[in-house]
Amino acid sequence: MKSDQRIAGWIFVAPALAVISVFFLVPVILAAGLSLTDFDLYALGSLKNLQFVGLDNYVAVLRMGLFWRALGNTLYFVVAGVPLSVAAATGAALLVHSRLARWRGFFRLALFTPVVTNLVAVAVIWKYLFEKRYGIVNYVMALFGLHPIDWLGSPRLAMPTIILFATWKNFGYAMIIVLAGLQAIPEELYEAARLDGAGSWTQLRHITLPLLGPTLMTVGLLTMVGYFQLFAEPYVITEGGPLQSTLSVLYLMYNQGFDWWNLGLASAIAFVLFSLTLAATGVLVHAGRRRGWV
Amino acid sequence: MDPRRLSIGLIWLLALAGLLDGCTSARPGPIVLQFWAMGQEGRVAAQLVRGFERENPGIRVEVQQLPWAAAHAKLLTAYAGDSTPDVAQMGNTWIPEMAALRALTPLQPYISRSRVVSPTDYFPGIWRGNVIGGRVYGIPWYVDTRLIFYRKDILAAAGFSQPPASWADWTRMMAAIKAQARPGQWAALLPLNEFEQLVSLSLEEPGSFLRDHDQYGNFQSPRFEQALRFYVELFRQGYAPRVDDTQIASVPMEFARGHFAFYVSGPWMIREFATQMPKAVQRDWATAPLPGPTGGNSNTGIAGGASLVIFRNSRHKAAAWKLIEYLSRPAVQDQFHRLTGDLPPRRASWSQPDIAGNRFAVAFRSQLERVRAVPRIAEYEQIVREMQTIAARAAWGDLSVEQAAKLMDRKANAILAKRRWMIAHGRLPP
Repeated sequence: MKSDQRIAGWIFVAPALAVISVFFLVPVILAAGLSLTDFDLYALGSLKNLQFVGLDNYVAVLRMGLFWRALGNTLYFVVAGVPLSVAAATGAALLVHSRLARWRGFFRLALFTPVVTNLVAVAVIWKYLFEKRYGIVNYVMALFGLHPIDWLGSPRLAMPTIILFATWKNFGYAMIIVLAGLQAIPEELYEAARLDGAGSWTQLRHITLPLLGPTLMTVGLLTMVGYFQLFAEPYVITEGGPLQSTLSVLYLMYNQGFDWWNLGLASAIAFVLFSLTLAATGVLVHAGRRRGWV
Repeated sequence: MDPRRLSIGLIWLLALAGLLDGCTSARPGPIVLQFWAMGQEGRVAAQLVRGFERENPGIRVEVQQLPWAAAHAKLLTAYAGDSTPDVAQMGNTWIPEMAALRALTPLQPYISRSRVVSPTDYFPGIWRGNVIGGRVYGIPWYVDTRLIFYRKDILAAAGFSQPPASWADWTRMMAAIKAQARPGQWAALLPLNEFEQLVSLSLEEPGSFLRDHDQYGNFQSPRFEQALRFYVELFRQGYAPRVDDTQIASVPMEFARGHFAFYVSGPWMIREFATQMPKAVQRDWATAPLPGPTGGNSNTGIAGGASLVIFRNSRHKAAAWKLIEYLSRPAVQDQFHRLTGDLPPRRASWSQPDIAGNRFAVAFRSQLERVRAVPRIAEYEQIVREMQTIAARAAWGDLSVEQAAKLMDRKANAILAKRRWMIAHGRLPP
């Protein structure tokens, strides 16, 4: 490549690089530095009160009972929420894609609507729906003779309710991607299968799902990375309660960083969460690579 | 566009902007005070300062209203970014934090010259909350303390004509109410995610929950444990439901329906109950001082509320003090009470017509004489939130009272590590 061409190339990517370094690289490096100090309120007052503490913050995070609790909650949310969301998205996409379905445009829109609605607004509505005494969910259950359930007030059920909410709110986005994947599968394959006498279940198992593999992989990865950053749902609905059963790692970081201004510790939590997300992504990618999905 | 022409154009623009800027700062216009206020006080502040502006034509007050939930972060960010206002309303538990940052102006010189603000007229517990290391950093604007709101009719049905005076009384009443309650009906409501109730109960015990100049937790003291045991038993005996306030759609509605007979809260609930409950129950509720452990004068309470402070970076401190003096006048405080329902922090204001005619405020008046300031350290709120988290676990039965107190001490000691380091290195007065 000629050198002036190379220079032109750099000039073209320079704005993007500048934006990335100012708003991403530099803050990340600063945060890494911050996580090695005890930056807190006193240090905000005067930098003379700042101490370099090495890896103490990381040790403190790993020894913090609340961190493990938050991590457990976050993993619960990811492990239950991601498969549920992907399954719901695939199911909905199959239904909407089916040639038997009518009003396809309407259903596509209806199922996608939760994604574009405002999270805070719908969270408040869900809070009312699942209210123990006056909520419509318990009202309907009572019509069938079922006892009322304290959906958001019981430490055991609050997280499942939040998982349900997050799935409902997010699966539409994954559905659109899966739908695109479905539309990319050549129709001839189905025709050939039908000639061979394959029923619809066999077609689904041996044509649709295998060819959908890479798409499902992408959707799963995106959903997982997003779900590791659980924050807004418990922040609006339960404030992390009852009994910290909906406290997530990111929520803990927010508490430490912005409520108490323990920025050193909060940065350490951020990096621990980052490494965990990276590790989980690595595992998923590795598993996908063996099947040739990545 | 030709880059050279563009840059020349930019230089011209900058020069012009500089010129304009020079013009405005050279003209001797009115002094503009930046005043930050929060929540409902923020909503009425603009009305309150109008009278001040009429009296002082040379001063204009710009009120900025902050939501409570974002106020703390905003104040700290403003400090970090050097853009603090001149005057601000500040929750009095935040003052130690801002004082530790050296963001506030000590007010002693202004007070000693003032004819409006006289320290002895203020309720002592409230005033003390603004004194840190011997210096006064804030003038109390309104006060709150937690006491009980109760349903007279439910108490009467259970056979009691008076509100409780001691913890033993209170327990007896709750047991009687619970015994004849329908399912879903409770004797009391103390939301498990609010720390103020437990703090109020433990302050009633002489002695604080921190020791050695607030350097270590003191939660395992017999006195705190007694308060914690009383609190935890409320839930274990089924007198109070184990709920967070996020799970209660509307407290006035539940109170009106008689779903609980006692509610521990602050003065803002007077207005909520008076306006949001149906007429039929308006004669059935009242307020009473928080019962003390042994009755008589053993009750106190938390000294809460907000103060007015002047930031160190303010360039108009004299004008800012004038505004604080105006807002501290008894007549203005009565107007403030009328607009918000907030209770005034000084005795002179309590004889004003509006506040004196409020029968629900009387119980507050008697408790205010005995309120105690909470520990005045920057870490206070973090410690009591940890305390509450652990207390909630004890209420759910996860921990015994002894285990809970021990855990609270451990958490508090960890949170206070930096404070000990600061004191040991002479960077913070003990």
